[in-house]
Amino acid sequence: MKRVVMEEKVLRENDRLAAELRARFERDGTFCLNLISSPGSGKTTLLEKTLERLPRASRVAVLTGDIQTDNDARRLARFGFPVRQITTGGACHLDARMVQNALADWPPAAIDLLLIENVGNLVCPASYDLGEHAKIVILSLTEGDDKPLKYPGIFSRSKLLILNKTDLQPYVDFRLEAAIENARRIQPEIEIIEVSCVKGNGLDSWMKWLEECRIKMTAPVASPAGS
Amino acid sequence: MHELGIANSILESVREEMQKHAGARLHAIGLRLGEWSGVEPESLRFCFGVLARETCAAGAELKIEMGSLQWRCRSCHNEFIPAEGESRCPDCGASYCRLVSGQQLEIAYLDLEEP
Repeated sequence: MKRVVMEEKVLRENDRLAAELRARFERDGTFCLNLISSPGSGKTTLLEKTLERLPRASRVAVLTGDIQTDNDARRLARFGFPVRQITTGGACHLDARMVQNALADWPPAAIDLLLIENVGNLVCPASYDLGEHAKIVILSLTEGDDKPLKYPGIFSRSKLLILNKTDLQPYVDFRLEAAIENARRIQPEIEIIEVSCVKGNGLDSWMKWLEECRIKMTAPVASPAGS
Repeated sequence: MHELGIANSILESVREEMQKHAGARLHAIGLRLGEWSGVEPESLRFCFGVLARETCAAGAELKIEMGSLQWRCRSCHNEFIPAEGESRCPDCGASYCRLVSGQQLEIAYLDLEEP
């Protein structure tokens, strides 16, 4: 018997395509975010509120993934920014090839911000790099506050946690403090913003985070002094 | 849920590698899965078994080695494997730690018999 050492990543093909996407975003100065949550946590509503608050002249585009229907794309298109639906036809996550295909002839003009809404699922999307600058996980108060412990994969890879539907606190048993503690146990450096998309609380903090991160993460690397 | 796609990626890599070993018979595929890789080993075995039928990997055993979580303390640089549900540094108690291992999803080796 002979042992052939491979030492190869299983998702190397996805990683290769994601690296191509990342290089493209870098070249074009596009800040790309990958939004991940369970179904019904409020990804699309958060995007609606985001697009509503962005200045009309913003160079923004949205890619939204679902297994079936273009309902989300229709909801988001009314803000006047380019929106494209990726219908995965059964796949429970977006992968780098789907994003690459969607971006082959789109968006129509250069953009500064690309928001990708992944398929509602806390497991599979975590494994697939889409070339994004950061993953954002959204958890709503109608879910369990132990979600970070149950789905460490996605919480450990996310830069920001948005706790959504805070307006429902009087009606649910969700313990905000416990959720935050659980998230920090999985990812000690995770940033956290509490929002209510319905009431508008926290949306200013989110918009500020978005703009600050965009500037910070797409800034050209300063050349060393003297060169 | 996405184990079928993962199994397919493994099969593609294995078939590519097996082309370099003409006539060899594949016995086992060594995989390394991190505790937080998001992949369920039993589901992966099932999917791989179905996909591998009538390929060079038919009947090959998946030898799965689970990788535990490993953190590095940002304060004292100690590397540690945490106790269940704990991510604080056992040495200095700092909670400012970074995950350095535990998400891996890798093909480590193939065991084959060459003619």
